[in-house]
Amino acid sequence: MRTVTAEPAPASAPSGRRSAPPSRLRRSWDKHWYAWAMVLPVVIVLAVLIFYPLFRGVWLSLTNLTEANQVAEICTRSITGSEVCKDNPNKWEFVGLDNYVNVLSGNVGQFWQWTGITLIWTVGCVVFHYGLGLGLAVMLNRPMWGRGLYRVLLVLPWAVPAFVSAFAWKFIFNERFGLANSVLSSLGIDPVDWFSNQWTSLFTAIVTNIWLGVPFMMVALLGGMQTIPGELYEAAEIDGASPWQRFRNITLPGLRSVSMTVILLGTIWTFNMFPIIFLVTEGQPAGETEILVTGAFRAAFEGIRNYSLASTYGVLILSILLVFSVFYRRVLRKQGEVW
Amino acid sequence: MTQLTTPAAATPAAAAHTRSPGRPGRTRRSPAKSLLLHGTLILASLIAIGPIAWVLLSSFKPGYAVQSSDLTLVKEPTLANYSYVLFDTNFPKWLLNSVIVAAFTMLIGIFLSATTGYAVSRFNFPGRRSLMLVFLVTQMFPAAILIVPIYTIMARLGLINTLPALIIAYLTIAVPFCAWMLKGYFDSIPTSLDEAAALDGCGPFAIFWKVVLPLARPAIAVTAFYTFLTAWGEVMYASAFIQTDNKFTLAYGLQQFVPQFNPQWEYLTAAAVLVTVPAGLVFMFAQRHLVSGLTAGGTKG
Repeated sequence: MRTVTAEPAPASAPSGRRSAPPSRLRRSWDKHWYAWAMVLPVVIVLAVLIFYPLFRGVWLSLTNLTEANQVAEICTRSITGSEVCKDNPNKWEFVGLDNYVNVLSGNVGQFWQWTGITLIWTVGCVVFHYGLGLGLAVMLNRPMWGRGLYRVLLVLPWAVPAFVSAFAWKFIFNERFGLANSVLSSLGIDPVDWFSNQWTSLFTAIVTNIWLGVPFMMVALLGGMQTIPGELYEAAEIDGASPWQRFRNITLPGLRSVSMTVILLGTIWTFNMFPIIFLVTEGQPAGETEILVTGAFRAAFEGIRNYSLASTYGVLILSILLVFSVFYRRVLRKQGEVW
Repeated sequence: MTQLTTPAAATPAAAAHTRSPGRPGRTRRSPAKSLLLHGTLILASLIAIGPIAWVLLSSFKPGYAVQSSDLTLVKEPTLANYSYVLFDTNFPKWLLNSVIVAAFTMLIGIFLSATTGYAVSRFNFPGRRSLMLVFLVTQMFPAAILIVPIYTIMARLGLINTLPALIIAYLTIAVPFCAWMLKGYFDSIPTSLDEAAALDGCGPFAIFWKVVLPLARPAIAVTAFYTFLTAWGEVMYASAFIQTDNKFTLAYGLQQFVPQFNPQWEYLTAAAVLVTVPAGLVFMFAQRHLVSGLTAGGTKG
């Protein structure tokens, strides 16, 4: 897009003076101005709402801004009503990489613990999303009685807004009267205090998110399967391929591009999935099930609002995701996928 | 892979219905296999609808029955929870706030991104690939990094605790997503139509407005609904930007029913049902087209 901003100069210059063929930029402008005009509104919105905040976020992560030191001046009102203002001696300031050093060395917050939880959370959720989604899609892809009904029922969880699902599952995992414990008791198993142990607490959140995310994978993979030509299966069958061989050698390769997209999207979405952890486990017990995103949020908006610390987490989260995506793309490209 | 995904993108609804007719041997299954298949699917369906059904059932129970440990499906059904939520709380106000925020996010988001989706789909202009990449990368931006700067900007503009703050924040989610989705759909509209219109003397804007946009109406509807639902269900910005009870959206307002002490689950369940039913209906209409658009956008650079 850099070319857009560079445009006005050659356009306004007297073009008649040069009889030589117009510059490359000029030709490009004549040919593409309407395309650029069409993307301009979005470029402006992205610049103002995403890139400016992004750079500001990076900048904030290099300061020590908190709620306590955010004002530049401290004003005190005297008893007569006049106001006296003087410079805040503890004003926020540029601190360089201090935040990163503190966070990464573990002096402040629990970055590494949260990262570990986030990884378990992401991998757990995505593996089950994809596995269950693929299994259900394979089953639903066969001609059979009641397929449409199954499909509608299985898609239902997706229709529920995430925060409602979070509440529904928190209700189910309630220690005293939740459905989960009632079922366990009726099976003769002791009820579990779900939210007082790190792993059972994380388990509730992962179950909630799996429940919520499988329908998307299922529908996406089902859509992908329906683009695989039926003749391939017929030919394989004539050659005597077993169902497993057909699945391995036709279905999976045919789903490659859809799979790669949904796994990447699913990973990014799950990594940043805020409402489930925030509402289901609420970090219980004692912040041990916090993921990076909820941890960053709590740093910014709970207790003393540490804006700079939250920005530092934000930058670190983004870096992790960027590294992951670049790596992911590189692996794909090595395997010959043009994308 | 492009040619494989194109049919689904072009006729998403049709593709979902038509199976390649008669795969030999597949229709005849042994009874045991059939039982296993249906058994698994029934179990999965039960798991899928179970929590929804349980919340729905609980919403009709009086408070003491909801908060009791014995397991009953129905107990003294009553509509008291619903009437309390609708008439004695700020729920209607939250609903209105959610509708306003979601509707404006949707309208502005679609309005801004339709032209971009078209340009990226049709014209091979310098900067096109990087723009596509930007759309993808912005999906990666955690709200955690944007939320603080946007919060400070809003604070400076005096917009904290107002609905416009939420609308602006949600545009950061909606715009790249809408542009990405619409690009995928525009790709599935044959370019020969554009060329025919160009021969008839239409300029690029006229082609977009008169030819492509009407054809893409279903796609725009679906994208609109999805944006609406995203804004409807967003929790993080709503928790951070809104401070007073009468400005809450549903996503944040519902938390009021279940505070740390004395949570009132019976009201929460009723409110949850009230929130889910309209969203669910909208969703069921949109979902089929949604995935094909999303994955089509994803698989075609």
